[in-house]
Amino acid sequence: MNNGNNRHIAFICSKGNLDMAYPALVMGWAALGNGIDVTIFFTFWGMDMINKARVDHLEIPPVGNASMKMNMMGVPGYLGIPQFAGILPGMTPFATKLMNDKLKALGVPTVREYLQMLVDAGAKLYACKMSVDMFGLKQEDFVDGVLGIVTAGDFMDMTEGAQIIFI
Amino acid sequence: MTTKVLAGLTVQVNEEGFLLNPAEWTREIAAEIARQEGLPELTDAHWKVIDFCRANASDTGKSPTLRAITNGTGLTTKELFALFPKGPAKKVARIAGLGKPEGCV
Repeated sequence: MNNGNNRHIAFICSKGNLDMAYPALVMGWAALGNGIDVTIFFTFWGMDMINKARVDHLEIPPVGNASMKMNMMGVPGYLGIPQFAGILPGMTPFATKLMNDKLKALGVPTVREYLQMLVDAGAKLYACKMSVDMFGLKQEDFVDGVLGIVTAGDFMDMTEGAQIIFI
Repeated sequence: MTTKVLAGLTVQVNEEGFLLNPAEWTREIAAEIARQEGLPELTDAHWKVIDFCRANASDTGKSPTLRAITNGTGLTTKELFALFPKGPAKKVARIAGLGKPEGCV
């Protein structure tokens, strides 16, 4: 819903990988800081971001990610991680730890903390009805601040006049 | 660059209304900018935020982010947004006579 003529941005979060959790959080926080209304709709894998059991365990797999080079680990140049190495057990936790450490060093909050900041600053969070049904989830599976489970049609009503960003 | 008269003093501001020289800032200027931003009265809690931002900026050379403000003052995000509703990031920086906050968090 558009409160008066205030600018309103709606984010659709459809991914559950650690690197895809942050864009909406960072932009949403910037929007709220600038007095812009924010609504976030979580669908499919994006629901991991608000799932109490999953939010602290988001990961980034090195397989199939052409941009993940070894310079993140201090190896000079842009050497890739061989794809066969990416499938070895422990590579996903390793890449995840690397990214989490980098984020922490920059003072970036965790996904759980970031969501709480957004809620406290007035962002409205919703889960997608179809995804909730598909994954067998319930309202109580979500972190505090998720206002409800809504249909795609509800989302259209809520975001009338808003700018929409799909992630 | 333009100049503006605030609380009887002529100060340099940029096109977005941020003071260019933090040294030209006075508490009266802060109160006047606050009124223009829709805050008729600055309470002790507002001043706590403004004083922190001024001190932080003089140490770091840049305007603190909202997270730096909550961490530094002990205020919660909710309290900060209640004190400076509708966009505290720019509002606080403008009132404190600083530039736009740098950094994303």
